[in-house]
Amino acid sequence: MPGLTRDPTEDIDYSDIEAKYEVHFDDSLDNTVVVDGIPVIDKSKLEKLLSKIAKEFNKKGTSIKVDDIFVPWDDAKGKSKGYAFIDFRTADEAELAIVAMHNHPFDAKHTFKVNRFTDIEKYAEMDETYAEPETEEYVPREHLRAWLADSQGRDQYITHRGEEVEIHWHGKPSQCEIAHKPKWEHFLYVAWSPLGTYVGTLHRQGVRLWGGPSWKPQQRFAHPLVKLIDFSPCENYLVTWSNEPIVVPAGAPQGPQYLSPDDEGNNLAVWDVKSGHLLRTFSTFNENETPSQKNQMQWPALKWSPDDKFVARVTPGQMISVYELPSMYLHEKKSLKIEGVVDFEWCPHGDKDIDDGVNGAGSKPPKKNKENMLAYWTPEVANQPARVTLLSFPSRTILRQKNLFNVTECKLYWQNQGEFFCVKVDRHTKTKKSIFCNLEIFRVREKDYPVEVVELKDTVTDFSWEPNGERFAIVSSNDPNLGNPGPGVTIKTDVSFYQLDHDKNDFKLLRTLTGRTSNAIRWSPKGRHLVLATVGSSTKSELEFWDLDFNSVDSVRKEASASKDDWGTSVQLLGTGDHYGVTDLEWDPSGRYLATSASAWRHTLENGYAIWDFKGQELEKHILDRFKQFIWRPRPRTLLTREQQRKIRKNLREYSRAFDEEDAAEESNVSAELIALRKRLVDEWNAWRLRCKKELLEERGQKESRHDEEEKEEIEVWVDEVIEQTEEEVVE
Amino acid sequence: MAVQMLGQNKKLGEVVTYGTDLFFYKVTLWRVHFASSAHITPETGHERSLTQIKFNREGDLLFTCSKDLVINVWFSHNGERLGTYDGHNGTVWTVDVDSESRFMVSGSADNMLKLWSVATGKCLHTWEFPTAVKRVAFSEDDRQVVCITEQRMGYQCAIRVFDINREGDGTKPNNETESKEPLYMFNPIGSKATVCAFTPTPNVIVTGHESGKVALFNVKSGEEIENNERAHMDVVTDLQLSKDGTYFITSSKDKTARIHDIKSLMVIKTFSTETPLNSAALAPNLPYVLLGGGQEAMSVTTTSLRQGKFETRFWHKVFEEEVGRVKGHFGPVNTIAVHPAGTSYASGGEDGFVRVHHFDESYFRAKPYGDLVIED
Repeated sequence: MPGLTRDPTEDIDYSDIEAKYEVHFDDSLDNTVVVDGIPVIDKSKLEKLLSKIAKEFNKKGTSIKVDDIFVPWDDAKGKSKGYAFIDFRTADEAELAIVAMHNHPFDAKHTFKVNRFTDIEKYAEMDETYAEPETEEYVPREHLRAWLADSQGRDQYITHRGEEVEIHWHGKPSQCEIAHKPKWEHFLYVAWSPLGTYVGTLHRQGVRLWGGPSWKPQQRFAHPLVKLIDFSPCENYLVTWSNEPIVVPAGAPQGPQYLSPDDEGNNLAVWDVKSGHLLRTFSTFNENETPSQKNQMQWPALKWSPDDKFVARVTPGQMISVYELPSMYLHEKKSLKIEGVVDFEWCPHGDKDIDDGVNGAGSKPPKKNKENMLAYWTPEVANQPARVTLLSFPSRTILRQKNLFNVTECKLYWQNQGEFFCVKVDRHTKTKKSIFCNLEIFRVREKDYPVEVVELKDTVTDFSWEPNGERFAIVSSNDPNLGNPGPGVTIKTDVSFYQLDHDKNDFKLLRTLTGRTSNAIRWSPKGRHLVLATVGSSTKSELEFWDLDFNSVDSVRKEASASKDDWGTSVQLLGTGDHYGVTDLEWDPSGRYLATSASAWRHTLENGYAIWDFKGQELEKHILDRFKQFIWRPRPRTLLTREQQRKIRKNLREYSRAFDEEDAAEESNVSAELIALRKRLVDEWNAWRLRCKKELLEERGQKESRHDEEEKEEIEVWVDEVIEQTEEEVVE
Repeated sequence: MAVQMLGQNKKLGEVVTYGTDLFFYKVTLWRVHFASSAHITPETGHERSLTQIKFNREGDLLFTCSKDLVINVWFSHNGERLGTYDGHNGTVWTVDVDSESRFMVSGSADNMLKLWSVATGKCLHTWEFPTAVKRVAFSEDDRQVVCITEQRMGYQCAIRVFDINREGDGTKPNNETESKEPLYMFNPIGSKATVCAFTPTPNVIVTGHESGKVALFNVKSGEEIENNERAHMDVVTDLQLSKDGTYFITSSKDKTARIHDIKSLMVIKTFSTETPLNSAALAPNLPYVLLGGGQEAMSVTTTSLRQGKFETRFWHKVFEEEVGRVKGHFGPVNTIAVHPAGTSYASGGEDGFVRVHHFDESYFRAKPYGDLVIED
């Protein structure tokens, strides 16, 4: 049959395969350049000219042969047209030739003009008429602080679990909801900027900032393999760090927002957040260091002055280098050379400083702008004592110095308003066998910076100033296991609170809590409340919620604490909690809630987070495997003046009435809904039950239930108990 | 609302007023309420983990069996041991007692099903099978016993029904009348059965399966009348009928317990917890269900005691909300039984303890959800 004999392959459409395997010839003209400005010659001189041109090109490292050059001829005149085409092997070589040979002087009269052949064509066809460039329509950027305008005044937090990130609203239980669920992928972790404007994610390619109500990308910083980031306090700058030195591959995009070849080998970069421009890079690799004895890098590696004007970096043992912003030049072109310097800290700006700064620019005559201050310490070297120094900057005048002896280690702690400065000095005895601790407290706002010493017998493992307050808390321990952490070892600690006594003007012990296991102190950001926690232990995970002004209403707080009789009595435990395996604790910016989380980065047991109120009541708890991060969104400083704040505090009752009404309305709303729902559920259940019972009755018919109601059996138990037995001997 | 019901303790009442989230505080309140006033009677007597506990119909006796080979019977009101039933040579997996407290049956890993005289403690009869007996149950009229045997060593899981002759005095076995051979026997197809019970309909049993299926079988024909393949997502661990037998509750390793209609097998209510469940019981007269479970013994060692979740949980039967918890066991709760009058309950744990909890007055008076009348 004809159908069978037909070649079956005839109908098959091969065009797709043909298209796939078709050989493409490179027919573009990208490897051709036009050289203009060569002498006009006649045929006799052609050979000589060509070899000369080839020689000129070869001199500059672009190899061409005479055959590659084509000179067009004006046949009418019998002369060349004064230009030539040169074919290169590749477009790259052509590119190189253009760079090398453009404007190359061939001889006194002739200069080469080298252009890409395709460019000639392009420009020849250019439209000569001038077209007005279209002005891009101005698209207003989203309000980056829109979340602060939430009508319910809620705070936000971000959770990071597995590869997922969620941003939640947190307020009253009825107001908690997911605000946004971004689809960010392949990032290491997330971080808020210090005022909460942006959230940053660390990707392989660099850092990305997100923000605004729609969580659009706001900025990007191309620092490949970035591992750590740090924002400046006013969010103007960003520092990024990677453990890998920067490598700029050939052909990488160039521009102010990209790393340039000059940055190669460095691994620390400073960026301008608003423009995205790279300001400067540094290297944290120390040349003298061998890889085996690598010290732990300090982070943040760059420390910012509180006004974002300076950033400083310590080279241990040698100097502190302060850079000015935004230029990032070394201030006064020289570092602060300090022999042996170990560490330093900038003095934070208090609310008062900031207010003064704002007012000073306005109505009042410009006050002498307060200088920044920084503190550093140097260890004992030879016969030199260890020394703590307060230095004002940029004037570089030393304000105060204090010598210390038998020092093992110093830690510097500024109170957040910059009123007090504490140096925790770990001292050793002469034999260097045991370590004890001194607290050297500088009162920075007073004349001559008086220093007071609190001597302790034990080792202090944690120190924390009360934000905006005059108190601090320490965790101390004399446990022999201290310093030898082992599995199942829980260090016994004591927690002490100290307060400034206004009469004597020194710090006095308020109260000591002994025999704890707490090793972390978390003050509420508003002060007064604090949480003690046992973190990182496999057996203990207690949380204690303390109030340090329990007896006093906060308006009369100062007076109450000043009166001698009840010194220390206002310290009160509000509640306790337990979060198994807790690794992180964080107060919300309002100081009303505490979040505890168990991160999968530390261990994999019962990961998740819990939110508590300041009284220690657990409000919610979520056990989520692969849970990694919980971070509250920070809030910027309040815009209300002190006067306005005082007024609100005074009329708190009036303000709270509105909230109470709102709460009541909502509650009745919720309970009405709930009651309706329950009614419905009960009705459904009852209907079903009655139906079942009826069916059952019908099935059994008249069959009498075998078991009638039986009378309840009373069980009486008689208990004979010998209470006492005495034997009396009666002697007659 | 809940405050007034339970708020005898003034301090607790104050706490409640802080929150708007009624539910959360309610749980806290109940916890306090139970733990402070329940009379807890820890009973030793078993050296290994409990497998099943059962009240008799009056609730004065409590039968317990465990992995340590013996069956114990206790006075439920004071925890005094009345006696033991000796004779099994393997883990006793299951017991059931008839409504007259005359006979008791037990099934064990020694492949035996035994019929006992409750009063004398004598073993009246023994049936032997190729594999272990995992579950036994009396029928409503006490004349039949159903048993499930394990699927093992090439033997299929089998369900057998035996006739019990109630005419004899029970003092000695009557081989002629007490059938040596099962009345009915069949092998359920598919996933093996783990638990079972007689339904009020004669010759129909309800079974729970390893795959999470629940099914109705006609024991005469072995025919599957009805099934719900997706009742649970994991092994069904317990199955207990309501007083009138029109619905039943199942617990499962899938961390949920469910109430089903006995006719349609439709899921009526679901109680979702965060731990695998071993047992679920219905509280008579009050709208609560009791759930027990906990992390399995193997994985407990890696977690804290608190994390094992070894509490008995009280859930509202209709609203599917947790209302309270009772702590006590050091290991997973394996089995829970409620006194038929609803005045106390007992739980048996992996820790080898049976704990009998008597409810106090406030439990009966409390109406945490207001005055809605809920049919039993």
